[in-house]
Amino acid sequence: MAANKGPLHQFEISSFYDISFEGFDISFTNSALSMVISIFIASVIFYLGSKKNSNTPGRLQVLVEMSYDFIANMVRDNVGSGGKVFFPFIFTLFLFILFGNVLGMVPYNFTYTSHIIVTFGLAGFIFIAVTFIGLIKHGISFLKFFVPSGVPYALLPILIPIEIISYFVRPISLSLRLFANMMAGHTMLKVFASFIVLLGFLGGWAPLSLVIILTGFEIMIAVLQAYVFTILCCLYLNDALHLHH
Amino acid sequence: MEVEAAKLIGAGLATIALAGAGIGIGNIFASYVSAAIRNPSAAPKVFGNVLLGFALTEAIALFALLIAFLILFAF
Repeated sequence: MAANKGPLHQFEISSFYDISFEGFDISFTNSALSMVISIFIASVIFYLGSKKNSNTPGRLQVLVEMSYDFIANMVRDNVGSGGKVFFPFIFTLFLFILFGNVLGMVPYNFTYTSHIIVTFGLAGFIFIAVTFIGLIKHGISFLKFFVPSGVPYALLPILIPIEIISYFVRPISLSLRLFANMMAGHTMLKVFASFIVLLGFLGGWAPLSLVIILTGFEIMIAVLQAYVFTILCCLYLNDALHLHH
Repeated sequence: MEVEAAKLIGAGLATIALAGAGIGIGNIFASYVSAAIRNPSAAPKVFGNVLLGFALTEAIALFALLIAFLILFAF
């Protein structure tokens, strides 16, 4: 039997070609290749779907238009007025995470959203951008966001630090949710798959059915986590643009 | 006590947090079902919030998993 490398071996980054620039390691890794693949597939789908704008759309055009509608409604409902400018970014963000999560379920493909550095890069960037948008739009009165309305003055010294802490926890929870879901899902699948091999032909059907069910569940989680990440970004944008709780 | 044994005990204790997450997720879907039975025509409209609430509560469970992994592998 091949050497057992453990369930966490699937998350290891291996570089295809080492590139070093001024001491920084910018080599092209399997994570980067997986990102290029998912962006390429997303671009091809959306280009082919929108190339022929016919009034009686075929299936691919309907798919593209439905996903456009879905995100447009999400942005309109959750960001409110002034949110139209952010629609391209939210759309790109949603598709990047969606294709990353779902294509990671393909066997032997790498799930780039299962690394905290990728998800924290996304969430940290969004947090800084949303804070800047709020500060630019409202100036120093952005700090009124931390003082909820209708609170008696005696409670404010306790409430304001709690509000500030929960604001700064946002990028951590956003990135951690996506990272932990992806990593835990794939690790669990790997562990149960190893049970199939260990139990052999006679007993292997039980973990096999469990792995089949869990794979379906993980695909649902992949789509759901992309949706939750995107809708939370819309809600944070809403907080920054319109400063009420 | 050896560090390795303490790590394993710590990781096991960290999974106690999943009880709260289980109650929370059950709560969300229980209230969605009872609200959907009362007002079936409004049920699809609120389903998006149900999924959002489910994912946010599941995140708490995954924070506990993360602590377990940190205890096992990072200390």
